[in-house]
Amino acid sequence: MANSAPPKNSLVSVQNLSFSRGNKKIFDDISLEFERGKITAIMGPSGTGKTTLLKLIGGQLFPEQGTVIVDDNNVHRLRRNELYNLRKRMGMLFQSGALLTDMNVFDNVAFPLREHTHLPESMIRTLVLMKLQAVGLRGARQLMPNELSGGMARRIALARAIALDPMMIMYDEPFTGQDPISKGALVQLIQSLNNILGLTSIIVSHDVQETAAIADYIYVLSGGKVVGQGTPKEIEQSPSEWVQQFMNGAPDGPVHFHYPAKDYVDDLLSTGKRY
Amino acid sequence: MTEFLQQLGRNTHTSFTKLGRASFFLLQTLSGILSVLARPRLLLNQLYSVGVLSFLIITISGLFVGMVLGLQGYYILSDFGAEETLGVMVAASLVRELGPVVSALLFAGRAGSALTAEIGLMKATEQLSGMEMMAVDPIKRIISPRFLAGLLSMPLLAALFSAIGIIGGQLVGSGLLGVDEGAYWSQMQSNLDFKDDIINGVIKSIVFGFVTSWIALFEGYDAIPTSEGVSRATTRTVVNSAFTILGLDFILTALMFGDD
Amino acid sequence: MQHSNTQDTLVGLFVASGIAGLFFLAMQVSNLSSFTAHDSYTVTARFSNSGGLKVKSPVSAAGVRIGRVSAISFDPKTYQSVVQMTIDSQYNTLPDDSSASVFTAGLLGEQYVNLDAGGSDEFLTDGSEIEITQSAIILEKALGQFLFKSAEEKK
Repeated sequence: MANSAPPKNSLVSVQNLSFSRGNKKIFDDISLEFERGKITAIMGPSGTGKTTLLKLIGGQLFPEQGTVIVDDNNVHRLRRNELYNLRKRMGMLFQSGALLTDMNVFDNVAFPLREHTHLPESMIRTLVLMKLQAVGLRGARQLMPNELSGGMARRIALARAIALDPMMIMYDEPFTGQDPISKGALVQLIQSLNNILGLTSIIVSHDVQETAAIADYIYVLSGGKVVGQGTPKEIEQSPSEWVQQFMNGAPDGPVHFHYPAKDYVDDLLSTGKRY
Repeated sequence: MTEFLQQLGRNTHTSFTKLGRASFFLLQTLSGILSVLARPRLLLNQLYSVGVLSFLIITISGLFVGMVLGLQGYYILSDFGAEETLGVMVAASLVRELGPVVSALLFAGRAGSALTAEIGLMKATEQLSGMEMMAVDPIKRIISPRFLAGLLSMPLLAALFSAIGIIGGQLVGSGLLGVDEGAYWSQMQSNLDFKDDIINGVIKSIVFGFVTSWIALFEGYDAIPTSEGVSRATTRTVVNSAFTILGLDFILTALMFGDD
Repeated sequence: MQHSNTQDTLVGLFVASGIAGLFFLAMQVSNLSSFTAHDSYTVTARFSNSGGLKVKSPVSAAGVRIGRVSAISFDPKTYQSVVQMTIDSQYNTLPDDSSASVFTAGLLGEQYVNLDAGGSDEFLTDGSEIEITQSAIILEKALGQFLFKSAEEKK
């Protein structure tokens, strides 16, 4: 792994983090750095706890060991209201969008503004329309969340995530289940938001192409460990078999096609058991 | 045998941890009530979905229950030549028992299940989690207003149920069966006490509103965030509310009407 | 947030009708209206036996309800029952030599205190004691005496 050193000027820094759910170790002493103003991607197969990592960074889950530093704050040492103040500056885009289903698009985007500011309604309107314009859905403001397609819902959620002008956004699987057009739109949107607003972006994804296209730095996770890291180019040329399998989508390799089982022939010949 | 004991132990453990979570949840909910009072709009919206939408089922059921009481009461009382006390019988059974209990059961079925399903779905679709990440406390923003709305609606609904039931009993009693209307009301007034009957009935309905809202909201909040988990939680809300209401009713009745 | 005027109106109607229901129960169904609205004064009477009289039993004069029993206690010195009655102040012209008796409404009805007006010029006031009392008729006792008497007459 002859890769460039991890970035220095980091906004989010995960140090020696361990976390397990039940008996399953999800993270085993991992350290990650997320540089200011850059797009950093975390990649890995499903079930490696990528979403869990975002929840740890957001302070919704507590690690067993290790620390998470966001903008010089140790997230898990903060008091409740300090954590809430920090979260106002952290946007998060959930996989499902997590729009509030009893409000229309406009009210959803206005929600964080109304909860956290005492701005007059006319100013809220201006701000909401600006955010909706940024994601290209100003015309959809009257729609209810159940009238939106998946891609639109995600873009609305993105508009909501940037409503308070945060310093960073965490994207949880932004491309999953999207048609190519929405994928393209989201890729472009993430990149332009990052550049225009000077955000720090963390993308959790297993969509290799899209992520590699916009990420400045990539971490590849597997089995609770960081198995590869570097710029997209470096990752592409990584000597690690595992990383190669993942990036190229090979069905067999270090990650086996078969779930662990006893010998196939033995299994077929053993009779008298139901399973 | 050991298996059975193990299972028993495991079940006890689960129930106690659940009770602990529920108590913690209640404390958080109660501490969020002050912030609800600062934003009455949230409460108003919930009063609509919890109270107004239960209005029709409560009033119609109240009318029918009162009419049945009038009919049955008349048949029994006329055997003893005591038809004039029909009003007392109808009013006492409604105000003391049926009003609070039946309206609470209906409330659990109508509003409680809806609350559980709503909160459970919000959890399943990451809305609660998303709110937390937007630095909005979902307990304060979502749970507490609904809890307060349930607590306020229940005594009002129970009072409506009893009042309409008493009128229904009178319609049947003196309209159809010929009990003297004056006797119906005057016997009722001289035998029902404001403090012992009305206030105790109101206290009951407040207690039922408290536990039903608590159970419904907690089951939703604690639901496994899948469609199956939410549907199970909704069932549990109705079943557990019914058990709790009936059990508490016995205890409250024993405490309130015991020494006379 | 949905600001719907119809919704607000419906909530208003709901709360108003709920409160109206409570009010109806308080005024029309229970005895709240017949007592607490008026001032009252308290008199006591001693009975050798107050029978099935209870707190809140009616106190009436000439068949009209004028008050209720507010407390019943046992006097360990005289072995009598001390009955305290609250009487509506609008009936403040009861002679102080009135007599109190415990009656039963009908054969199986509830028991109540009946006041028979006397002829004195002085009236009962707050704290007065009614001197002349007649105890409750205990049905078993009366029946027993009747049977005993008829048995003796036969001899």
